[in-house]
Amino acid sequence: MAWFSRKKPTAPPPPGERTVRTEGLWEKCPGCSQILWRKTLQENLHVCPKCGYHFKIDALTRVKLLLDGEWEEHDRWMRSLDPLEFTDARPYKQRLATMQEKTKMLDAVISVTGKLHGRVVNLCVLELNFIGGSMGCVVGEKITRAIERSLAQRIPLIIVSASGGARMQEGAVSLMQMAKISAALMRLDEAAVPYISVLTDPTTGGVTASFAMLGDLNIAEPGALIGFAGPRVIEQTIRQKLPEGFQRSEFLLQHGFLDAVVKRSELKSYIAKALNVFCGPL
Amino acid sequence: MSDQPNHTATVPGDNLAWQRVQLARHPKRPHALDYIQRLIRDFQELHGDRRFGDDPAIVAGMGFFEDRPVMIIGQQKGRDTKQKLYRNFGMPKPEGYRKAYRVMKLAEKFRRPVITLMDTPGAYPGVDAEERGQAEAIAWNLREMARLRTPIVCVVIGEGGSGGALGIGVGNRVYMMENAIYSVISPESCAAIIWRDAALAERAAAALKLTAQDLLRLGLIDGVIPEPPEGAHADYDQAAAFLRETLLQALDELARLSPEELVEQRYEKFRKMGNFFTEEPLPDWPF
Repeated sequence: MAWFSRKKPTAPPPPGERTVRTEGLWEKCPGCSQILWRKTLQENLHVCPKCGYHFKIDALTRVKLLLDGEWEEHDRWMRSLDPLEFTDARPYKQRLATMQEKTKMLDAVISVTGKLHGRVVNLCVLELNFIGGSMGCVVGEKITRAIERSLAQRIPLIIVSASGGARMQEGAVSLMQMAKISAALMRLDEAAVPYISVLTDPTTGGVTASFAMLGDLNIAEPGALIGFAGPRVIEQTIRQKLPEGFQRSEFLLQHGFLDAVVKRSELKSYIAKALNVFCGPL
Repeated sequence: MSDQPNHTATVPGDNLAWQRVQLARHPKRPHALDYIQRLIRDFQELHGDRRFGDDPAIVAGMGFFEDRPVMIIGQQKGRDTKQKLYRNFGMPKPEGYRKAYRVMKLAEKFRRPVITLMDTPGAYPGVDAEERGQAEAIAWNLREMARLRTPIVCVVIGEGGSGGALGIGVGNRVYMMENAIYSVISPESCAAIIWRDAALAERAAAALKLTAQDLLRLGLIDGVIPEPPEGAHADYDQAAAFLRETLLQALDELARLSPEELVEQRYEKFRKMGNFFTEEPLPDWPF
């Protein structure tokens, strides 16, 4: 063997001897492959300072990002009862329990009322880490109630989507949530209460094909994957590689399905300005 | 048809859900136009969405059902290879959903009831469909069907393929034929996700609870329309007769409602779907 090949270490160093722990301090940007210090990243709203790549953020971080401070959470305890008694590799009930522990949420959406630049708004944010942000009966009901709350009190509604679509483990029950939410949005539309849909990476399937595309404004973060069918499904159908940038926010903007692509740092002020126009300045 | 093998002979086993999947996709199963031919007098097809083009995967038109003027919309699969390609295997593109919407608005304007026949593996997952806003087209229909001021009766006659079917499926009454299926995902895709093996579709079919009886039990449809003993493919006329009976009754009931009541009834019907959660507080929940 070559003289420069590395010798195997005889034994791993005992854990106590390590003086510097670097795991978790750095993150590689999928956009530009730069190594970023995680603290810088956090301070920059989880956007790469070098190339502007928008990292995925969890629902709670999103709520903090958009609201002024205090907020009231709704339907906090709502959780699924497994309508199909679905079992795949393991029972759906178990999967739910694992997810609840991991994400510290009971299902894939958080529904809150708070202030955005001083204006009271209802905000729902989907949590991608909870079974892919998928929509089952709990997501469907919590969002529908948020819409009804907006309707009754004439408070603007903002929904931030990050989801793979309807939840397979709840079968046709999930599917019908698309119709339920869209019907509720019909009432909000008739009452002329503003609804702003924010699409983040990724938003696909039954979520895009229902409430995410029905905003008075549909806005998206840069580079987010947005579509009906996922790219892998399309590639299997047409048996070709998809072009770069296909189904990204900029692509949808170009094809006329988004009002704007808005950077994370400008999202809050963008929404505030839009609501000033729709509802009148505060 | 008597020399045709019995369906149970071709799909052995006791997995009833999988048998129904096979029947719903049976190559000889009556398609939308087979029913329209038998149920609608003076049918005239209406083409195009006035935006982009005409989608052969959705047929829409007008005619008389038992002497009542109606508008009818159906997802259409092909029978032979040439037809299958022409109908895109029954997978609609955005222009199909927009055509359906246009015809529904016509129905509303002239106060005619709408009948929709759902039969699709799903909305077409292709580059052109995405470019023209497949998701937006379906979402739009979901919201606009909810406020249509005229009766809507929907029937899943074969495959109710997820959002692709639901895109014409928001009605005052929703029925399924006895051997139809209605699912959020195809058993093959479901198996591919769970077990990374599409061949396990049989197991997925059972897990997904996608038969008419399952959906009725879950409170998602209003009724199951019987089929001839061997399945709808064995006797088109008999299958159409069963469908006629149900449509007639539904349209009669809905004719008594005002436009406002129709919108209200449809809203309440979907509002109640999916009541499978609990809200009991968890005192031990640490977060």
